[in-house]
Amino acid sequence: MLKRVVLFVGLSACLAGESDLLQAADVAPLLKTIRAVSSEGKGNREAAQAFQQLAKSGPETLPTLLAGLDGANPLAANYLRNAIEAISDRAISQKGKLPVKEIEAYLADTKHDSRARRLAFELLVANDPANRDRLIPGMLNDPSVELRREAVARVISQGNDEFDADKKDVATATYRKAMAASRDDDQVKLLKQKLEELGEKVDLPTHFGFLMTWRLIAPFDNTAGKGFNVEYPPEKELDYTKEYEGKGGESAKWAVHTTEDEYGIVDIAKALSPFKGAVSYAAAEFESDKDQPIDIRLGTPNSWKVWLNGKLLFAREEYHRGMSLDQYKMRGTLKKGKNTILIKVCQNEQTDSWAQRWQIQLRVCDPTGTAILSADRASKSSAAGAGGD
Amino acid sequence: MRFQRGVLFAFLILVTQMGADWPQFRGADTTGVSADKLPTRLAESIRWTVDLPGRGLSGPIVVGNQVVLTASSGFSQDRLHVLSFDAKSGKLQWERQFWATGRTLCHEKMCNATPTSASDGKRIFSFFSSNDLICLDLKGNLLWYRGLTHDYQNASNSLGMSSSPVVVGDTLVVQVENDSESLAVGIDVETGENRWKLDRPIAANWTSPLVMTGANPADSVVVLQSSKGLQAVEPHSGKTKWTYDKGCSTIPSATVANGVVYVPSNGLTALDLRTKEGGPVEVWNSGKLGPSTPSPIAIADKVYTVGGAGVLSAADAKDGKSLWQLRLQVKLEDRTSGGQFSATPVAADGHIYLFNEEGVGLVINTAGEKGEVVSTHDFKEKILASPAISNNALYVRSDRHLWKVSN
Repeated sequence: MLKRVVLFVGLSACLAGESDLLQAADVAPLLKTIRAVSSEGKGNREAAQAFQQLAKSGPETLPTLLAGLDGANPLAANYLRNAIEAISDRAISQKGKLPVKEIEAYLADTKHDSRARRLAFELLVANDPANRDRLIPGMLNDPSVELRREAVARVISQGNDEFDADKKDVATATYRKAMAASRDDDQVKLLKQKLEELGEKVDLPTHFGFLMTWRLIAPFDNTAGKGFNVEYPPEKELDYTKEYEGKGGESAKWAVHTTEDEYGIVDIAKALSPFKGAVSYAAAEFESDKDQPIDIRLGTPNSWKVWLNGKLLFAREEYHRGMSLDQYKMRGTLKKGKNTILIKVCQNEQTDSWAQRWQIQLRVCDPTGTAILSADRASKSSAAGAGGD
Repeated sequence: MRFQRGVLFAFLILVTQMGADWPQFRGADTTGVSADKLPTRLAESIRWTVDLPGRGLSGPIVVGNQVVLTASSGFSQDRLHVLSFDAKSGKLQWERQFWATGRTLCHEKMCNATPTSASDGKRIFSFFSSNDLICLDLKGNLLWYRGLTHDYQNASNSLGMSSSPVVVGDTLVVQVENDSESLAVGIDVETGENRWKLDRPIAANWTSPLVMTGANPADSVVVLQSSKGLQAVEPHSGKTKWTYDKGCSTIPSATVANGVVYVPSNGLTALDLRTKEGGPVEVWNSGKLGPSTPSPIAIADKVYTVGGAGVLSAADAKDGKSLWQLRLQVKLEDRTSGGQFSATPVAADGHIYLFNEEGVGLVINTAGEKGEVVSTHDFKEKILASPAISNNALYVRSDRHLWKVSN
C-alpha cells in the first residue's frame, strides 16, 4: 500500500515537472505545428496534439505565444488564443505570476498583431484591474480598434463633462480629438452630433475615406441574373469615351457622378435609371503617393465584383440581404501613381419595394479603418464641390 | 446471460444519461420534447440568474452538470464567447473567447451568436453566424477549429445565419445555405475534417437539420430542409437516403414524432417515413397550420404551431384536423404582450413552454380539450432563443441573462 502511494506521488511529481519543463525552445516547434493549420481541417490533428502540450505549459511561455500570433492565419490564431487563455486562467487562479513586464512590452510595441496586443492588454487587466486606467488613456491612436475604442470612449466622456460644465470651447476641442481618433461608426455618429450641436462642421467622407466621384455606365443585360458572369466591355477595356449597345438596345455610356451622401452612398438607380435585371459598372481613379497595402471596404445590397488595377479582388452573388458600412473587406495593394478601382454592380428583377436598391459605398483605408485618401482628393473635392476622392 | 445483462445495463445507463442531457437545439432527438417534469409556475421557480456578455440568440445546451451557451460581442460582433455554467449553482465554470474568421454582419434582430451549440457528451461544438465552428472539450480546451467561411469564402448571408448543427454518432452535420454559396458538411467529431460535403440549393435558408433517430447511430438519418424540399442523408457518409421535393419554409424547421415528419411546407405537411421503401409518403397537408418563425412541435397525438399573429394552433397528428387555437396574449400591468414569437417552444409533461419576443414566458397545458394558459412570467428582456430542458429544469436565455427554472 505504501509502495502504491509512493508510486502515485512520484508519478504526480513527474507529470507536474513535465509541464514545468516546457521552455521557449520546446515551444517553437509546437507553434510551428499550430501555425500550419489551414483550410478544411488540414493540420487539425497535429495542431490538437501541439495545443495539448502548449496548454499545459507555465505562464513563462505567454510572451512567446503572443509573439506567435504575429502573422498567424486566423485559424491558428484561435488555437493560440485558447492556449494563452488556458495558461493565464490557470496561473491567475493558482495565484501564479504572469510575466507582466514581457507582456506589457509586447503590448507597447504597436508593430505586433493588433488583436494579439488587445489580448495582452486583457491579460494585464485580468492580472491587475488597475492596468485598464493606467494604459487606456495612452491608446487614443492605437492600431488596435478595440483598444482605441476604449480610449475614444473616455475622451467622449471627458467632453461630455466639459459640455455639462458649460466649457463649450474646451468640449469642442475634446470632441475633435475624439473624432480624429474614432473608427467605429457608432462613436463617429455620436461625435458628429455633439460637434454639430456646438456649431462645428464634420466631413464624414474624408474621415472615412469614401470615394465620392465615380464614372458610371449601364445598362447591360442581367436578365435572370445571367449577366453576373458575362464579361461586358468595361471588364475588357476602360475607355470612358466609348459607348456600347446595352440591354434592350439601350445606349450605355460613361457618365461622371459625384455623390453628396455623407456616407458616400452612390445611388445608381437615381444617378442613371432604376433599371431592373441590369448590370452597371462604377469606376474610380485613386492617386497614391507610394506603393502601399490597403483595405478596400464595400457596402452594397447587390451582387458585385471588384477589381483593383484589373485584378479581381472578390465576387459575390447575393441580392437584397442588406447593406452596411464595411460589409465586405478586401486587401489590395496600391501602386505609386494612378490606380483604378472598378466595381460591377448587378441589379436583379425582384419587384418588392425593398428590392429596388442599387447602391454602392466604397472606402479605402488601413486595417484599423483609418482613411487613406487619394493624393489628389483636395483638388477633386474643389472641382466636384463636395467630398472628392 | 451475464454478458447480456451487462450490455443491457450499459445500454440503460447510456439511455438515462442521454435523456438527462439536452445536447443540441431541441434536445437529443431534435423534437423539443422532454420526459422531464418542469414547474408550471415560472415566476416562483427561478433558481438562479446569471449575467451574460455581449449578445446571444443561441439556446443553451446541457451536458452533465454543465450548461453551455455562446455569445458574441464587440462593435463588429467579432468576439466569440463560449461559456460553461454549473447547472446546480449557476457559477461560471469557464469562458473561452475566439476571433471570428468569417463575416459577422447580421440583421439587427440577430447577432453572430445565433446558432445553438451541440455536444456528443465529450465535446462541445459551438457554431456562429460567421461560420466559425469551434470544438472544445468539456473543460474548455480547444480540440479543433474550423472557419467555414474561411474555407468556402462566399458562404455567408448579410442578414445572418442561424442553422444549428446536430451531432449523430461520430459525425457533426452543419448546414450553411445562402444566396451565394451553399453547402452541408459532415464533420469527423474527433478531427474536425470533412467526412463529406454536399452542394446545397443556392438560396438563403435559416433552418436547422432534423435528426431521425434510429435504433443506433448507423440507422439514424439527418434531414436537411430548404426552399427546394427535404434531403435525408446518412450522417456518416452523406449519402442521400430519400428526398421530398415540394419546397419547404426557410425559417421554421421540420420536427418528427413516431416516424412522421411534420414539415413547414405549404402550411404544414405530415410525411410518413414508416414505409417499406423508406421514402416519405404525404399523409396530410394543412394550409392553416403554417408556422411563423418558431418550429412546430409534436406531442403525443397532436402537433402544434405558432402562427404569425401569435396564435397557438393544435391539430390531430393523424390527419391534420384543427382541434383548437389559443391567442397567446398576456395582459401585463402596463400593456398587453403577445404577437411576435421567434423562440421554438419546448415541451414536458404535457405542457408547452413558449417565450415571446418581449420576454414573456407562457406555460400551456395541452391535456384538456383546449389549450389552457397555466401561468405567465415577464422576464422583461427580449427572448428569441429556444430553451433547454434537463434534469427537471428549464434553462432560458436572453441577450443578457440565463435563468434556471426548476422545482
